[in-house]
Parts: sequence; C-alpha cells; structure tokens
Amino acid sequence: MSNWIAVGTVDDIPKLGSRVLQTPDGDVAVFRTADDRIFALRDQCPHKGGPLSQGIVHGNTVTCPLHNWKISLENGEAQGPDEGCAGHYAVKVDAGNIQVELK
Amino acid sequence: MKEKLVLVGNGMAGARTLEELLKIAPEKYDITVFGAEPYGNYNRILLSPVLAGEKTIDEIMLNTLEWYEENNITLHTGKKIVNVDRKACKVIAADGSEASYDRLLLATGSNPFIIPVPGHDKAGVIGFRDIQDVDTMLECAKNHKSVVVIGGGLLGLEAANGLMLQGMTVTVVHIMDTLMERQMDPVSGDMLKQELEGKGLSFLMAAQTAEILGEDRVSGVRFKDGSEISADLVVMAAGIRPNIELAERIGLHAERGIVVNDTMQTYDPKIYSVGECVQHRGETYGLVAPLFEQAKVCANHLAEYGIGIYEGSVTSTKLKVTGVDLFSAGDFIGDDTTEEIVMKDAASGIYKKLVLKDNKISGAVMYGDTVDGAWYFQLLRDQTDVSDFRESLMFGQAHLGDSGHSGENAAMAMSDEMEICGCNGVTKGCVVKAITTQGLFTLDEVRAHTKASASCGSCTGLVEQVLASTVGDYSASTKATPMCKCSDHGHDVVRAAIRDNHLTSIQSVREFLEWREADGCAACRPALNFYVLAAWPAEAVDDPQSRFINERAHANIQKDGTYSVVPRMWGGLTTPNELRAIADVADKFEVPVVKVTGGQRIDLFGIKKEDLPAVWSDLNAAGMVSGHAYGKTLRTVKTCIGSEWCRFGTQDSTGLGVQLEKLTWGSNMPHKFKIAVSGCPRNCAEATIKDFGVVCVDSGYELHVAGNGGIKVRATDLLCKVASEDEVKEYCGAFIQLYREEAHYLDRTAPWIERVGLSYVKEKVVDDAASRQALNERFIESQRYSQSDPWAERVSGKVAPNEFTPLKVIG
Repeated sequence: MSNWIAVGTVDDIPKLGSRVLQTPDGDVAVFRTADDRIFALRDQCPHKGGPLSQGIVHGNTVTCPLHNWKISLENGEAQGPDEGCAGHYAVKVDAGNIQVELK
Repeated sequence: MKEKLVLVGNGMAGARTLEELLKIAPEKYDITVFGAEPYGNYNRILLSPVLAGEKTIDEIMLNTLEWYEENNITLHTGKKIVNVDRKACKVIAADGSEASYDRLLLATGSNPFIIPVPGHDKAGVIGFRDIQDVDTMLECAKNHKSVVVIGGGLLGLEAANGLMLQGMTVTVVHIMDTLMERQMDPVSGDMLKQELEGKGLSFLMAAQTAEILGEDRVSGVRFKDGSEISADLVVMAAGIRPNIELAERIGLHAERGIVVNDTMQTYDPKIYSVGECVQHRGETYGLVAPLFEQAKVCANHLAEYGIGIYEGSVTSTKLKVTGVDLFSAGDFIGDDTTEEIVMKDAASGIYKKLVLKDNKISGAVMYGDTVDGAWYFQLLRDQTDVSDFRESLMFGQAHLGDSGHSGENAAMAMSDEMEICGCNGVTKGCVVKAITTQGLFTLDEVRAHTKASASCGSCTGLVEQVLASTVGDYSASTKATPMCKCSDHGHDVVRAAIRDNHLTSIQSVREFLEWREADGCAACRPALNFYVLAAWPAEAVDDPQSRFINERAHANIQKDGTYSVVPRMWGGLTTPNELRAIADVADKFEVPVVKVTGGQRIDLFGIKKEDLPAVWSDLNAAGMVSGHAYGKTLRTVKTCIGSEWCRFGTQDSTGLGVQLEKLTWGSNMPHKFKIAVSGCPRNCAEATIKDFGVVCVDSGYELHVAGNGGIKVRATDLLCKVASEDEVKEYCGAFIQLYREEAHYLDRTAPWIERVGLSYVKEKVVDDAASRQALNERFIESQRYSQSDPWAERVSGKVAPNEFTPLKVIG
C-alpha cells in the first residue's frame, strides 16, 4: 500500500542542504541538491548511525558528519571501498511541493 | 561511434592508465589490449616475494581476465605487436592479426639488461623480469644447487635473497665496490653486505664477468682476472633498459626511452606512452609511483580533459628483503656544494646520513632505523628550510616535540597483530593484507580501504613505512599535493588565486580554477569558504552549507546525534549568576551530563538540536555568549589567577587573558586556536603547549607560539619578549593574522610553523614593526565582521531559521 506524505516545499530546504522528517519509525533526511533535485534517505549512516541530514551535500552525495563516509543520495549506497546502505525513499515533486513515500 | 584505443603492453603502467581512464570517461573508447605475456596484469614489484615463497602468483594479480571482460576491453594475451602502420593507424601482431586505432598507447615497459659476454645465450642464463623467469628459477631450485646472480643492485639482491630461501647456494657478483650503489653510500652498503653475509649470501665485489662457461647449458662463470666459479643457473640482474624496440622500428622518436612531453604524448600526436619505456624531461623511471602519476596524466589527456601535467618525480627506495631495514631518497652522495649530517652506531646496526644543500635536504640514506624516512622525504619534496631545527634534525621528527611513542614505532619490527592506527583499531597485518590483496599503492588508497591514519593522522608516518616496505618503493611527485580530488591545485595556489584575482565566493574560485566537481566536496568546500572569508572579510558572504555541521549548528555534534553546548567564560572567570543560569538550563532541558572542560568552562551534553535556540536564549539572558567550542576559531584563553591573588604572580594574567579573549573571539581561522596566559614561569596555565602562550615574568611578557597538547605534544617556540600588555595584544593579533592569511585549512599552528619556519614568522611579526602593525590592523579589521554572537543571531530567528526545526513531524 502506498503511503505518500506531503512534507513541504522545495524552498523549505536550503540548496546543498537537508532537513529532517520525524516519523514514528525514525528520522528521514530530505536533501536538496544544487540543481534542486530532492532525495530522501533514512537519517542513519550505515557505518555508525551518524545523522546524514547533518552532512555536507555535494553532487549526488552526502558526506556523513561523523566519519566522512560518502553516501549516494540516489540509492543510499556507501561509495568507494566502504560498504553499506542507508535505506532510501521514493520522492515526488509537483510544482515545488514535495511528497515522500513512507513504508 | 566510439573511438578506438589500442594499448600495447599489458603491464602495470598501461593497465593503470586504463583504470584511470575508465574512472573519468568510461564510454569514450572501444579498448583493445595486446600483451606479450599470457596473463592479466600483475604486480611486477612483488615477484621477489613470490620467488622467496612469501606470496603466490594469484596474490599478486592486479587485473584478472574477468576485469577486462567486465569493462568490455578486448584482451589479446601472448600476442606481441611487431609493427605499427602509422599512416593507416593500425597495429600488427606477430601472428599477422591487426587492430586499428584512433589513439595508441605504448606501454612496452623494459627489458632486463643481458650483458653481451660470450655464452650469454646458453640455457640457464635468465633475467629477473616476469613470471616466466620466476618459474624458471623455482624449477631450477628443485634439482640444482648453485646460482650466480650478476648484479648487486636492488633487483639482484632481491633475486639472490629469494633463491637462497629456495635452498640454493647463492653468489652475488657485482662490478662495483658498493652494493646498491645507486641507493647506498659505501658505509651503508658495507653494513648491508655484512648483514646479508650473515644470512648466508656470498659476494664477489669489483668482479667483472668475462664469459659464461658450459656446453649447451651454463656450468660456470669466468671473470676478467681469470678466476672461475661454477654455477647451475646465472641470473642477470644488472639493470633494466627501456623497451624501445617497437618505437624504433616504427620511426617514433626515442633516445634512451620513448620521448614524451608533459602530457605523455610522443612525437606522433596520436600515440601516447607511459611507464618504464618512456623518457620524460631526460629521465627514465623504474619505480611504480612515477608510472602511476604518468598514468593519471595520460588518462586525463586521453579523455580530452586537457588538464594535468606530469612534471617528473622524486623517488625513494626500500629493499624488500625481510628483516633488512633500508631507505634512501634523492641525491645522497653529495658534492662540493652540499653538507652532510651523519650518525653511525655500528654495534646497533644503525646508520643515517642526510645531505643538505642550502639548508634544505637533498638526499637521505638510512640503514637499520628508517622510522623517519617518510618525514625526511617529505622535507625533501617540500624543499623545507631546516635551519631552525637543524641540530635536532638527525634525531627525527619525534624530537621536534615528543610524540609519546619513542622506540615503539619501527614498522619493520612490528608484528602483524600490533595496532598501527589507534583511532580505528587497524593492525599492521590488516594494512599489509589490504595493500597486497587490493593492490594499493598510495596513502590515500590505504586510508580509503583500511581507515588507517584516516582519522587523526598521527600514524601517517607508520602507515607510509608499511606501505613503502610492502610495495617496495614509495615515490611522489615534486608538485604540491592537491587540496582534494576535485582539483589539481594545492592550497597555496588556491589562496594566491583568491587574493590576486579578487575572488570573493566559493563558486567564483571553483570556476576560475576549473574545479572538476561543480559542487566541490566535503573536503574543499569548508576550506574555500574559509579562504574567501579570510581574504575578503568585508565582501565574502559565509556559506553555511559549506561548513561542517558543528559550525553550522554552533554546537558540537555527538555520536548519538545530540549536541553539546559550551558558553564562553572569559579567561575562565564566571559568576554565581552565570552558574545559576547554567544550572537552570541543565534542569529545564534535562541535560544528562554536565562536565568541566579542559579549557576552563562548562559543557552541557545531550541537547536535542531543536532545543538549541531555547537553550541559547536562556544563556544569552544571563549575559553569556557562544564559547565557539565547536569551531575553527579561538576556543579558550586559559589563565592562572596571577598577581591579583597568587603570591608568586608577576603580572595580572587573568586580566590579560580576558583582554586577549575579547580581542580574538569569533575570528575565522584555519583550525582551532588556543591561548593561555600564565602569571609566572611556574606556568600553571600550561601556556607552552598552546597556539599562542604568554608567560609573565617580572620584567614583562614572554610570547610563545605554535605549541600543541593534542595528537603530538609540541612545546612552543619562543617568539620574543615584550614589556607591555598593549604589545602582547599587537603581537597576538599579528601572529594570528599571519596564520589566517598563510596556513592551509586544517593546519594547526604547529605543523604550519614547522613548514614555514620560526625564522620566517619572526621576520614578519617581530623584526619588521611595519609588517607587524599592518598584520594586526588587518586582523582588527576582519574582527569587525566576525564578532557577533552566533547564538543571539539564531535566537532572534533572523539567521538560519530552518536549521533547527524539523521539516515535518509525522505521527
């Protein structure tokens, strides 16, 4: 069953930034890239659970603030030699309004 | 349609170029590879350990046949290219098959030099170059006893060691008086010879081979002086020669090697060349690191990125004979224009020699104790002026400040179980395994794969040593290390460009210097943000998204994602009112832990991000501001109580500390910055391990700089002595400004001053009053833009209103 939730607008998130969606199942980090694409990941680095929403966003990647793991915004996979995955969520943007599909 | 790239030579340099190319332009070419050997690409440097029985062939494979398949590369093994039709742009193999190309890459490597004495073509005379040579040696070791190795260089000694371990009786014949004369001076060469004799090798020095004896198969060697020795196998390891056979046949300009320009292009613009077969700026290289630098540059140009220049390499060498610790780099023989510093302790088997030219290291040889090899090599590459610490130079980096590991950091002596990286719990065995199984060659690669030295970096020297002794050589480019992977520019170039071209935003810097990544990365963005703010304080606008989270949230992120909050206590002073307000905040927000910090203030732990503005609001109301305990900026000014109360105090250290804190707080700096003021030479405020320390004396104030109490304890250097508080403040401002303007981002003052030298800092801050005043004025000016309390700004709701609230709360 799909569970699309309206969470706010693109302008609510700074470019190359992220904000947190608090849910009963834990935090979801919603990211905005330089070219205004929106992605959503579980707000936990697969390494030691660092809050990815607090990292630095560059390209399609966020660097975790705790130990500098680089996580792909598109699929949550750790980059380079590191291995692990932060779950990712489907996102729709319509006229600037963001919807995230929660599981 | 894709262009066609043909690679001739399936060795380390060629395959590395393809790897680099696939990283940046995976779809550009249809790639075809011709290799004369019947294998994928293997690590030729590790043939010695294979011969010694310490590794297997499978363990030294770098690119398996599957790798070529996965990357859609057509691989022809066992096919030698014998001709190239440069007009029709096609290569022709020995079996007549052909392949056409748009770009051709020659990586034909080198051949062992077989001395052309009579009998050199008999059975049982081989080189030491490829897997087949190793197989021949191992086969021979099964039923033959004696072997002569001709050549007492790196390759010859490694071959000799391996054959000895296979049970053969080995005699090394060397034409010179000194073993490894290209890497060793006579003294260290003799020490090495004695050690290897102790292991069971025999040597014939200054012996010139005249003839290889025997019928069809070798039976012995005769020398110029008429003497003979018997041998079942002769290994010619008298050096290598660039393999330019093909280049010469097709009329491509070659001298000792195939001549290339700084983009690795030959005289035929369609043909590039990399590796041991090339001659670049008159030099040929037989070590791995230069080849990889060439590969990177070549790939960049094959991808038509058009940036990246190879400027040559400085090389260093380690001998891969288990148990022998030897390091050399640069020009270690010296001449009339150089000076030597030598230490010899024959009984302990230690010998070190440094060659200096114009107070800079130009070469180094170390035998028995090579722990500081990586450091000397760094000083050599950076051309650091060593006059300020020349007298302690020979004793190693630890003596510039006690690293606290003396005697416990010889990588060769460590067992596999011993921990190298204390931050990430990485053992030596782990690092060695990653290097050999993953085929790693650089410090960055080891960091990425093992995390060793990737956190605090204090074990970098150890990791470099393990890398050097495992890989065999560890060489580096002469040019400055790039800031990060987004660009090839070093920090100094970037800072100069920002100054000289009036670049006031991160974006303009990236565009001006042609950054590869549009957004930069987590390493370069904070650095660039600082650089533009430091250069143009009135114009540059801070970019919060380019700051590490602590500086964006103005609190310290903790491992559970909560934050800690430290209000400023000027000079370590507080009041009952402030303490009451802190206690109230701790109660109101149910702060689980309250701790007194090392910097004389109070830290509140476990605060949720969304509560931060409310916490700050309460602290602001009691007159407290941010302590910047999270920033690359002034942290604390630690003081003792001083002359106001203390019977020993000579000056008002607390009062001066408060003044210095008021002067310097909020300033953007390359890294955190700590100050202390002690009221007398008993130094209770520990001023001599701070970035800027003041020790009060009866006649005035001693100013100390560039101390550090962290990763590596470093006592300060004495900058000068002054008479008044006003002078203390002026010197402090000037010193900080020089550091802000010239250090690299994330350099503490200690490594910065070790790089530029205390003399240089004195010149700018002490000797030249006009320079000091100008620096201080620029510091005061920059402070106009940075001294507003970031907590109050955010409490007001006008700055970063979205930072602290969730986007949405569900359920």
